[in-house]
Amino acid sequence: MAKFLFKRALALIAILFVVSIGTFFLIHLLPGDPTVTILGPNDTAHNKAVLLQQLGLNKPIWQQYWIWLGNVLTGNLGQSFITHATVTSTLAHAVPIDIELVIISQVLALGIAIPLAIASARRPNGLLDRVSTTSSFAMLALPPFIIIVFLVLIFSIHFHVFPGPGSYVPFTQNPWSNLHTMILPAIVLAVGSIVIYFRLLRGDLISTLQEEYITMARSKGLSDRYIMWRHALRPSSLSLLAAAGLNIGGLIAGAFVVEYLLAIPGLGYALVNSIQQVDYLTVQGITLFVAVVVVVLNFIIDFLFTILDPRIARE
Amino acid sequence: MSDIAATVASAAPEAADDDGIVKKKKVGVFFWIFTGWVALVVLASILAPLLGLQDPNNANFDAINQGPTTAHLLGTDDLGRDILSRVIYGARVSLIVGFGAMSIGMIFGGTLGMVAAYRRGAVDSFVSAVSYVMLAFPALVAVIAIVAFWGHDIWKITIIVGIASIPLVYRVVRAATLSYATREFVTAAKSQGATDIRILTRELLPNVLPAIISFFLIGVASVIILEGALAFLGLSVQPPTASWGNMISESRTYLSQNPWLALFPSLAMFLFLIALNLIGDSLRQVLDVQDSKL
Amino acid sequence: MSGELVVDEGFPTEEETQGLLLKVTDLKTSFATPRGRVRAVDGVSLELGRGETLGIVGESGSGKTVLSRSIMGLLPRRTTTQSGSIVFDGTEIVGAEDKTLRTLWGAKIAMVFQDPMTSLNPVVRIERQITESLRLHTSMDKAEAKATAISLLGQVGIPSPTERVRNYPHQLSGGMRQRVTIAIALACSPRLLLADEPTTGLDVTVQAQILDLLSSLQQERHMAVILVTHDLGVVATRTDKIAVMYAGRIVETTTTRRLFADMAMPYTKALLNSTPRISDPSHTRLTAIDGRPPDLINPPPGCAFAPRCESATDQCRTEAPPLRPAPSDPTHLFACWNPLPGGTAGRVTTLEESP
Repeated sequence: MAKFLFKRALALIAILFVVSIGTFFLIHLLPGDPTVTILGPNDTAHNKAVLLQQLGLNKPIWQQYWIWLGNVLTGNLGQSFITHATVTSTLAHAVPIDIELVIISQVLALGIAIPLAIASARRPNGLLDRVSTTSSFAMLALPPFIIIVFLVLIFSIHFHVFPGPGSYVPFTQNPWSNLHTMILPAIVLAVGSIVIYFRLLRGDLISTLQEEYITMARSKGLSDRYIMWRHALRPSSLSLLAAAGLNIGGLIAGAFVVEYLLAIPGLGYALVNSIQQVDYLTVQGITLFVAVVVVVLNFIIDFLFTILDPRIARE
Repeated sequence: MSDIAATVASAAPEAADDDGIVKKKKVGVFFWIFTGWVALVVLASILAPLLGLQDPNNANFDAINQGPTTAHLLGTDDLGRDILSRVIYGARVSLIVGFGAMSIGMIFGGTLGMVAAYRRGAVDSFVSAVSYVMLAFPALVAVIAIVAFWGHDIWKITIIVGIASIPLVYRVVRAATLSYATREFVTAAKSQGATDIRILTRELLPNVLPAIISFFLIGVASVIILEGALAFLGLSVQPPTASWGNMISESRTYLSQNPWLALFPSLAMFLFLIALNLIGDSLRQVLDVQDSKL
Repeated sequence: MSGELVVDEGFPTEEETQGLLLKVTDLKTSFATPRGRVRAVDGVSLELGRGETLGIVGESGSGKTVLSRSIMGLLPRRTTTQSGSIVFDGTEIVGAEDKTLRTLWGAKIAMVFQDPMTSLNPVVRIERQITESLRLHTSMDKAEAKATAISLLGQVGIPSPTERVRNYPHQLSGGMRQRVTIAIALACSPRLLLADEPTTGLDVTVQAQILDLLSSLQQERHMAVILVTHDLGVVATRTDKIAVMYAGRIVETTTTRRLFADMAMPYTKALLNSTPRISDPSHTRLTAIDGRPPDLINPPPGCAFAPRCESATDQCRTEAPPLRPAPSDPTHLFACWNPLPGGTAGRVTTLEESP
């Protein structure tokens, strides 16, 4: 197991290295003068001098990379020439909002997908199974931006149940209104996850329930409910974890769209704003951050696998 | 009756009738309806100039934000442009980006995947390692960043998304090929002196084609969603060019006055996506010899 | 062994019925499959007294596994059709609700499955897999159940049970896993243990150990056992009586002693000849039974074994032989028009002639 983890950790470092190179060259391989690219229209001689010094642009490109990497590793992602905020502070403001959004949506998603999958798997091809399987298939074809338009139309414009775009309230200011504004975006994000988790878990449970050890459990006189939770769901929870891992990238992407559309000042909102303001340093910083988060989370999930699945743990 | 017993009973998901005969799966009527819909959308968008539609970009301030009328079957938008015409012309963007990007992915990723699975060895290990690293990079964030830096006309988006899809296509095609590459018929062909190219195109390709076609269609659906998301972020083709994503995005401003604006492009996109998924799924189930054998 | 043999001698007296643990009458079990209805068990009747051991022997596909699962009431109901009657300890199993069956399962009837690799849940510790039925069927608390689990593991011959109880199934060898499934089955001291090919997946040396373990546990606990196997050698020394199955029916049944002394069915003989014996010199040629078991969807007319039988006649191919008693011993039943000569089984032509 130690060897396995060591190999994984090496792979993690290799991937992070590639990610850093990719993000770095996003800016530096563009045609033209990088100072012009970075500074955009607000170019002044002073800014240019500061930037040349900050990025070491008069040095060879590999040296520039090492300087940049050194800065990144010490937590310095640069300072925006547009907003004059450091990229790190932008991240610090935006990230907690994304975390809140992702947590609420995942709680919703699991809370709906697990019971629904269990109920469907108990009677495959039963009425509930047919309805939920068909509607989950249809939901696959519902991108978050369509869902949000119609949820806003129904719940904000017609019924005034949830506030519409632009009504974000920080958690520290009023936790209750904050949660109220976060429910709609969380539902939108949850839909995609529900579909993934439900389809996966249902299929998994149906095949698990045909295993001999389920018959064995029945032959002990255990109740169906006990067998479902203690014997059938447990092996599936691992594939659910794997799916959650693969889903992270899509979830963040979905969060970006939802935040932008509802003007929730998370990472996605910050990213699109900085793209529109031609604020490349911030774009670069957010890209790097998200890529690292996805890679590291996947590593952690891999690690959890080795702990949770007794069969892997031995090898 | 025990629910778990019921599950155990349905080893085959098909329902048994009284004679004890279990019915076999076939493509249903929905398959043909949705195939018809895809054909209709593709034909209409190609032949759009010949359909006698109104100019999709022709503003008419006498008829803005109308619901469906006889003059404008699907109504008009905030500039009085004909929605039917915009939905049909807008399909072009989704189709070009969707099919274009997946074709790029298939040509490069698919070829690499088949060759790697057939030859194995160092090439396979190397390309697989590269694909693993590329897959770890969240595709959408990469695409957003690159599109933001490089510009967002329809061809650039197609190429960028196409390149981003290569590692995933590679892995899927490689896995599909791998299950056939070691079978007897390949060994038999080799022993008869067939060339590698011949084995790849005549022996392996026909076998992996069902999986590839199915994955291709579902991939096109994902790319269309991605293009829509880019449009919402203002990173796809720029207005006034009609695209489904742009139209849905623009509709938000007038959502309370004119919900039709959001409905028709959303419906067109939803039905097109569901059609691609359903056709892909059915083809896999029906064509895949592995799955359908009794 | 204190359990006396209960055999069919005319109408059973009340006392004998009380001694009877299991009575199966004209059981028919069939399944829906893509090709049609499979008649896996086709009119089986048998009886088992308390503490008695019955061996059910047949090739794979003879219906013996389905029979044992029918007795347990474990078959999936949506595709299964059952008729006849199975009375276990006064409870009718055929058509019983799961609620009723659950009070029997694990507590009064338990099962040891064929393959210990698949019958233990890979992600649940041994401890829970044993204690869950103890907690369900007895009033033990957690600590008592754990202590009982450890003692059970010791009884089935698992070394250092205190540590093993914390293991997951994959950490044990195949033989050890089968010992664990036996411990699970025995946890609540059932009256009847169904062992379905309990040693098929195991090494030859381990097979004998497991079977001997079953025998000794049975004698300690005065428990009835149904041992299902394809191997006549396995049941020869470990059972009181034997039922030979072919194509979903019992084709010969009698006491173990009598069966080996005087078998009547050519099929039983063929089965015996295909069984390796430890006493044989190595490389002794085994006589495999030619052909395959019949199609249970469209069984042939006449005797199901006729196509593979050396002594088959035209009568065998057209007319199915009924299961009837041998003239010399009414407890010895067999279904054959041309039984093997010799001994006291003799040749019987019609039912009327039998006493």
